[in-house]
Amino acid sequence: MADLSQVKAGESLPELRVTPDKYLPHRYAGASGDFNPIHIDPEFAKAVGLPGNILHGLYSMAQVARAHTEAAGDPRALRRLSVQFRGMGMPEQEILVTSTVKDASDGRVVTETEAAQGDNRIIRNAEAELELQ
Amino acid sequence: MTVNKDAVGKQWQPVTYEVGLEKLREYARAVGETNPVHLEREAALAAGFREVVAPPMFCVVYSAPAMGPAVLDPEVGINLAAMVHGSQEFVWGEPVCAGDVITTQPRLADGFEKDGRGFYIFQSESTNADGKLTVRGTWTNIVRGV
Repeated sequence: MADLSQVKAGESLPELRVTPDKYLPHRYAGASGDFNPIHIDPEFAKAVGLPGNILHGLYSMAQVARAHTEAAGDPRALRRLSVQFRGMGMPEQEILVTSTVKDASDGRVVTETEAAQGDNRIIRNAEAELELQ
Repeated sequence: MTVNKDAVGKQWQPVTYEVGLEKLREYARAVGETNPVHLEREAALAAGFREVVAPPMFCVVYSAPAMGPAVLDPEVGINLAAMVHGSQEFVWGEPVCAGDVITTQPRLADGFEKDGRGFYIFQSESTNADGKLTVRGTWTNIVRGV
């Protein structure tokens, strides 16, 4: 765990890497209640012009959140997260979450953060705010 | 089709969600949480929580059910076939633990057209049984070809 009380603007938070397996979208659908077939039915997804069933955007957002709560070591530290959903996330490809400190003062750390699968930036222009206890 | 501004400010029925321990664990496992405060009671209590605590993004599980009727409301008139979830913000308040009862109030905060697309900005405010805010969500849906 990084000591976030010492981080300065321009520094990076520890990156998070996760590879959702083939059936992850099904488990996330059950856990979240979002059974939109574009996430769980490859044939339906292809029929509407997608390359295959795609990850839930809010699953990918949860990985960005997790990168921050794990860096802080406490789920209470995450006060705010705003994201834009752009590229489509695919199962069986590694997600890399990277975060750069934008501002750090008075126990508050604001980061610029994104999630990407290779060159495909699935979450971008995201900003997180951590409050250190 | 144009964005109907008449619906801006409209609120829908609040939706109440009771947070089950196993639902919370199921969600934590699905998103890959390994912090034991999301899985084990002893770890959560030792860290100062009342019960097993939800990961912050569990807020989508308890607040999204309130958003469905708002997004589907014919008075708002969203062309669902052309809609994408463009962006999302959450601002967190009190932690949510197993056994909590959370009430979410949805509202259409804004609607406008930009660059030939329609933007529908919904807000949700979720509070626990003590009336304390647990999360405020801003859900931006974008409709192509308005």
